[in-house]
Amino acid sequence: MTTVATPDRARRSARRRRELHPGAWWLWALGLAAGASFTLNPVLLVLLVVIAGLVVAACRGDAPWALSFRYYLVFGAVIVALRVLFRVLLGGGNPDAQVLVPLPEIPLPEVARSVQLLGDVTVDEVLIGLYDGMRLAALVICVGAANSLANPKRLLASAPPALYEVGAALVVAVSVFPQLAESVRRVDRARRLRGDAGRGTGAMHRVVIPVLEDALDRSMTLAAGMDARGYGRSGSATARERLVTGALMLAGLFGVSVGTYGYLDSTAPPLMAWPMLVLGLAFAGASLWSAGRRVRRTRYRPPRWWPAEYLTAGSGLVVAVGLKLLASHQVEVLHPAIPGWPPVSVAALVVVVVGVVPVFAAPAPPTGHLRAGEGS
Amino acid sequence: MIRFDDVTFWYDRATAPTLSGVDLQIDEGELVLVSGRTGSGKSTLLAMMNGLVPHFSGGTLAGDIAIAGDSIIGRPPRELAHLVGYVAQDPLAGFVSDTVEEELAYGMEHLGLPPQTMRRRVEETLDLLGIADLRHRSVRSLSGGQQQRVAIGSVLTMHPRVLVLDEPTSALDPTAAEDVLATIARLVDDLALTVVVAEHRMERVVPFADRLVIVRDGRVEVGPPATMLVDAPVAPPLVELGRLAGWEPLPLSVREARRRARPLAARLAPPPCERPTTRPPALAARGVSVRYGELVAVDGVDLTIGRGEVVALMGRNGSGKSSLLWAIQGSGDRTAGVVDVGGVDPGDLRPARARMLVGLVPQTAADLLYLETVDRECAAADDQAGVARGTCRSLLDRLTPAIPADRHPRDLSEGQKLALVLAIVLTAQPAVIALDEPTRGLDYPGKAELVRILRGLAAEGRGVVVSSHDVEFVAAAADSVVVLADGEVVSSGPARTVLAESPAFAPQVSKVLGPEWLTVDEVAAAMPTEVVR
Repeated sequence: MTTVATPDRARRSARRRRELHPGAWWLWALGLAAGASFTLNPVLLVLLVVIAGLVVAACRGDAPWALSFRYYLVFGAVIVALRVLFRVLLGGGNPDAQVLVPLPEIPLPEVARSVQLLGDVTVDEVLIGLYDGMRLAALVICVGAANSLANPKRLLASAPPALYEVGAALVVAVSVFPQLAESVRRVDRARRLRGDAGRGTGAMHRVVIPVLEDALDRSMTLAAGMDARGYGRSGSATARERLVTGALMLAGLFGVSVGTYGYLDSTAPPLMAWPMLVLGLAFAGASLWSAGRRVRRTRYRPPRWWPAEYLTAGSGLVVAVGLKLLASHQVEVLHPAIPGWPPVSVAALVVVVVGVVPVFAAPAPPTGHLRAGEGS
Repeated sequence: MIRFDDVTFWYDRATAPTLSGVDLQIDEGELVLVSGRTGSGKSTLLAMMNGLVPHFSGGTLAGDIAIAGDSIIGRPPRELAHLVGYVAQDPLAGFVSDTVEEELAYGMEHLGLPPQTMRRRVEETLDLLGIADLRHRSVRSLSGGQQQRVAIGSVLTMHPRVLVLDEPTSALDPTAAEDVLATIARLVDDLALTVVVAEHRMERVVPFADRLVIVRDGRVEVGPPATMLVDAPVAPPLVELGRLAGWEPLPLSVREARRRARPLAARLAPPPCERPTTRPPALAARGVSVRYGELVAVDGVDLTIGRGEVVALMGRNGSGKSSLLWAIQGSGDRTAGVVDVGGVDPGDLRPARARMLVGLVPQTAADLLYLETVDRECAAADDQAGVARGTCRSLLDRLTPAIPADRHPRDLSEGQKLALVLAIVLTAQPAVIALDEPTRGLDYPGKAELVRILRGLAAEGRGVVVSSHDVEFVAAAADSVVVLADGEVVSSGPARTVLAESPAFAPQVSKVLGPEWLTVDEVAAAMPTEVVR
């Protein structure tokens, strides 16, 4: 990061505060998420979440989206609680397991024979639910970390030009959504001026209607503004070109969906997995290329990949690949036996801790996104 | 440069065309001011020039519009972006990027310009608009005037031939508005741009305008400002004064009027004496402070509102006017200080009781409206205040008669919406009424109507406090003025003294006839009878 090869590079490193390429954040976060998906070891999962939290705390800016991380944490906790609850409710599992709370089983009619409602709460089922919920929560929290770190507008600007129509909707959503909270606060305050301190559905209605109208107005204004400034200038696309693009896109989506299903469902024929996925991606790529041909645009100061970006994305990759390898070599660590204290190995810990690299590698984020004159 | 050829436009499901038979020719390098009453179709006319109408609004357009010689019928706004730069009313709502520099480059990226050209134009535009020091700032952190200049810059980088501005200063304080308009005038000189601007505060633009377009009843009239203003439905105080004194041609700038006014000033009766200032207080606030985290919005402000008095709060955007109003109403944050309304502090009461002491019409008044018809809003207001059915409706009829009962509140004009919200607030019979920036979106007749309403409320013995940027409105409505800066009171006193003291706040009539005169009505009352036509 300190090499001064070109004037451009010198200038770039001179300005210390900058946003990391959003793609790098997403690769890092998806790496962590992929890593989490390979293990059920609660120690490793907690460590992953702690690392994601550390990086968010150290690297996020003061932009509106940066404040969303705690909601993902809450969401994660809810997921864990629900998983355990459902395990307890729907019971089943190992009949020899140690019983924590003896509960009667609720008899179900013959049709629902395979389902067991309540019954004794065993250590096994609580632990299975807990580990499973923790894995899912870790996935969600990693995605949340990316959402709070990566500037969504920059990510959209880096999206292929073919996604313009979708892009417009996303840009509007991303811009208007953070303002909703402010809208709600304003309308709620105004409601009190009518002497209406009531609760319940009526009060909801009184807040929701003005807020939605406000959001709709803002969205339309923004969309009109984008259009007036040349967003989506198409040049000339013939009906035929549109048809080809649409057909390719549909084929691509179909391929990707079937391929993903085939990959996740181990009982599906192997032909449905990788080949379909690759074929689908190829079609999708072709449609993007076909649609992008007619859109001509350039980037002002395109975000570039500097060493910090490579380090960040690379650390995510190391976590993903490392845990994938360990999953086959240290099965007892990544999928600990239940019940029992989950074992940890030095290798697994080292691999997971690599995810903390961005704390040291990423540049400080720019400040000044805060709304000025709040409430004037 | 711009040619309208027998253009008629209907919005979908409208009973009458918004504009009909519009013929208009605007030449290259002209600055044209578009004026007309609120809701007359000004914005529609402007938005037609880059295709936002009908492409975004829907509706049916007949006739032909040509820009730079080519018909633009059927071409969407994005295909016209390089020709027509369009700046909408609220710049913040239209910003797409995070920083000033990215915002300036946004349009050029979509034109597909090479990076070197983009860099050069960004630099040129930053200098042209005097915003070079803001380049890395987040657009959200800028002041209103800076945001407006960034919005103008963001279309200028595309090097359009026409610049269309819809009410560029409606949300700005007088000084910021002055800055933005001076910038626009300079663009016409420096860049030979054709500029079309709609503006409520005509007094600021009229001196620069080559021609004036008046939109009235769906028709468009065009001509030199001095002749068009003789019978325009909206006219700045300067023109009203000129009409009153029978000056021909009408003066368009304060300097011109001052020269003409010398003989008039000599013949006027002595200026009106001060209204009495000792009134029993309706509200007395002591040491009110409001803090949001690090930011001190209001810092130890004392404010007294007498019964029957209209107090105006003035000051820059962000000087603490809104925070002060919310704090004295009782439902806003208050860090320190006491408020006394008839021996009770509204801050100690539940919202339903506090509003019976102080009623507040917030800046976005429509936030209070959520029902489907005017009648249902009124009925709900009666129930909420616990008064007999029909109270709110009769208040509304007294404020603004003949608002249809079955109309959806969103379809009302700005003035009617304001009257409806005011009626809802008044239903609780508060001793003090506070209004936050009520003049936004009102034209001159609308403001005159609001002045009448506020004076009427004061005459009933209520205390009225109103925050406003609008000097002319304050001159006509207020007994006393409090000027805030950075959360502190910098000057307060009778309106006549405070307004005439400050060059930024002096109304046009004061500038022409001297500090003892504030409004055209005062001059009219003091006119020797034989001169009044």
